[in-house]
Amino acid sequence: MPPIPVPQDNPQSPEKIDLGKRLFEDKRFSADGTVSCATCHDPGKAFADGLPTAEGIRKLRGTRNSPTVANAAYYEIQFWDGRKPSLEEQAKDPFLNPIEHGLTSHAPIIQTIQKDTSYPGQFRTVFGVEPKDITIDHVVKAIASFERTLVFGDSPFDRYLYGGDKTAISESAIRGLEIYRTKGRCQDCHTIGQTNATFTDNKFHNVGVGFKRIQPKVMQIANAFRRAKQEGKDIDKAVLGDQEVSELGRFVVTLRPSDIGGFKTPTLRNIAVTAPYMHDGSLQTLEEVIELYDKGGEGNPFLDSGIRPLNLTAQEKADLLALMNSLTSPQFSNIIPLKKKE
Amino acid sequence: MNTKMTRRTFLKAAGGFAAAAALPVGLVEVARGQKPGDKFTFAYISDSHITQIKGSEFVRNFDNGLKKAVLEVNFMDPQPDFVVFGGDLAQLGKKEEFEHGLEMMKDLTVPVKWVTGEHDYYLDLGKYWQEKMAPLYYSFNHKGVHFVVLNSILTDDDWMYKRWPTPEERMLQMARLDNPDGSPFMVKGEQRAWLKKDLEKIGAQTPLIVLSHSPLYKIFKPWNFWTDDAEQVQTILKPFKNVTVLHGHVHQVLYNQIGNIAFKAFMATAWPWPYPLTYSQLPNMMPVITVPMNRADPFKERDGTGWGYIQYNGGLSYTHELWENSPRVVKKDPKMNRPGDTQYQSPAKRIPPQKHY
Repeated sequence: MPPIPVPQDNPQSPEKIDLGKRLFEDKRFSADGTVSCATCHDPGKAFADGLPTAEGIRKLRGTRNSPTVANAAYYEIQFWDGRKPSLEEQAKDPFLNPIEHGLTSHAPIIQTIQKDTSYPGQFRTVFGVEPKDITIDHVVKAIASFERTLVFGDSPFDRYLYGGDKTAISESAIRGLEIYRTKGRCQDCHTIGQTNATFTDNKFHNVGVGFKRIQPKVMQIANAFRRAKQEGKDIDKAVLGDQEVSELGRFVVTLRPSDIGGFKTPTLRNIAVTAPYMHDGSLQTLEEVIELYDKGGEGNPFLDSGIRPLNLTAQEKADLLALMNSLTSPQFSNIIPLKKKE
Repeated sequence: MNTKMTRRTFLKAAGGFAAAAALPVGLVEVARGQKPGDKFTFAYISDSHITQIKGSEFVRNFDNGLKKAVLEVNFMDPQPDFVVFGGDLAQLGKKEEFEHGLEMMKDLTVPVKWVTGEHDYYLDLGKYWQEKMAPLYYSFNHKGVHFVVLNSILTDDDWMYKRWPTPEERMLQMARLDNPDGSPFMVKGEQRAWLKKDLEKIGAQTPLIVLSHSPLYKIFKPWNFWTDDAEQVQTILKPFKNVTVLHGHVHQVLYNQIGNIAFKAFMATAWPWPYPLTYSQLPNMMPVITVPMNRADPFKERDGTGWGYIQYNGGLSYTHELWENSPRVVKKDPKMNRPGDTQYQSPAKRIPPQKHY
């Protein structure tokens, strides 16, 4: 794993990380006291939730699959559409989303912290602030610091490629790595580097998943959103509350037509234990994901120009799957992957 | 592709919605643009090189480029006043290629101003073009700006009429780069005389935009990045205070300033050309002010291609929609009094080339 990028204005400290973990798991920061960050980013589920799309307060369903927070610190930009630049900024939004934590402002979080028996002391130690001076920025800095500790490498793949252990992965997975880098065309987006691998290019690509939901009236939806954004509509609420707006992907940030339906390349680390897949959680198994790429994605006018039919053989698909199954870190190896539906 | 809705039907559906959705803002633009010299926007699509393989089979990659440009122009909100097509719709000037290209172009929700390229011309010497698209050269006024379209890809009479046994052979010869039997582009005397006369109607202060396929200056002759009588055309344009030449042909980000004339090229939708700088055996006259675009990644077939739009607001601002990349905006640098990239012009701000493979 590469070194963790840490912003200059939020250095790591053990006390801050402890505080962040506690905040991450605190359900009081939601409208009905049922939802914490860990609800959708569950340590027991490799910091994801195993659901197609996120479930917030009162079992309300969002539009997007909860990405794992494991190794999220390596992303240069956060959320599926990159609408926030940092872990700190990302952490502010779910509190206020009506279908996630469901608060109408950050004020109740600060009040809960101020009234708590031990939070004020922790904030004083970490940030040197008095209870009355605690702001949401302190809260999200602590949460982000905790998230920067959620680094999970040391998979069989790492031991094979970077650790010199030629028997760490199966023959099939070794063949899979060759296909990954050549005929499978995986490497160009899910980057494996010379000395380490984050499995992402931090870019946005339209592979067509979910696009049929908006295809017949994509221009209406895009133009309506464009106007709403110009009039100051909150992107986070629009994206997670409206299935059609959600499918616009990266477009909601840039308003460029070529970004319609583009979603961030997610890491493949621990992919076997973070089903279901894709931005909308619409694929249950890795076999289905491999089939999707083999057929060249779901055709649509905005399809990424690197996505094309692969004509993989059954053996090649099996080898890729073996490679995917070698990316699980030891901390998550007890999680049972979802099996393909018969 | 979704079987229930083919790309064609989708484009039609999407096109219809564009017209409907963009209407209110579009009307406001028109109302504001009533008086001359007011601001407006037009789009630029160029060099689609629609290539017939055989029968109804065409090169998919090039089809996709043109379709994508048309779709994205239709998404512009507010809509541009018109689209300039910068030439080379077809690869070998065939009727089938024109028809296939026009089939895609007719999905555009705004009118087209056509500029002919050598790939459109050298099979039938502009016969189909004049019947279905536009005259080979013409002028029009738009919101206080005088536009002139030139056919800059003519050449010697001998080469055009006598040298080649068949029109097909002539077309193939003109389509070749580094062709020892090639012949340089020219505007030629008849058109220059027409241009002179056309410009007599307008004052020296009138903003003038010349649309040609080849650059109306000289960069690199072996690739025909070149117009042989460019200096004579430039002389005709000299009296005008505000002259811009927009061209295609070079398939790359390229801009220049010669005296009173600013030159600006737009991307192809088909493929990118390298810069003549990369061909080190021969000297070239690549404009030093151009910040080159990065090398295309062959993994992504749309990298290095795109389209653009031009905003007129007294001066001109050019936005390149570079697929698989961030947009680049070039406009007049008031200090230098010439075009400059708004982000990357200063060498310190450029993205260094990749050295690790």
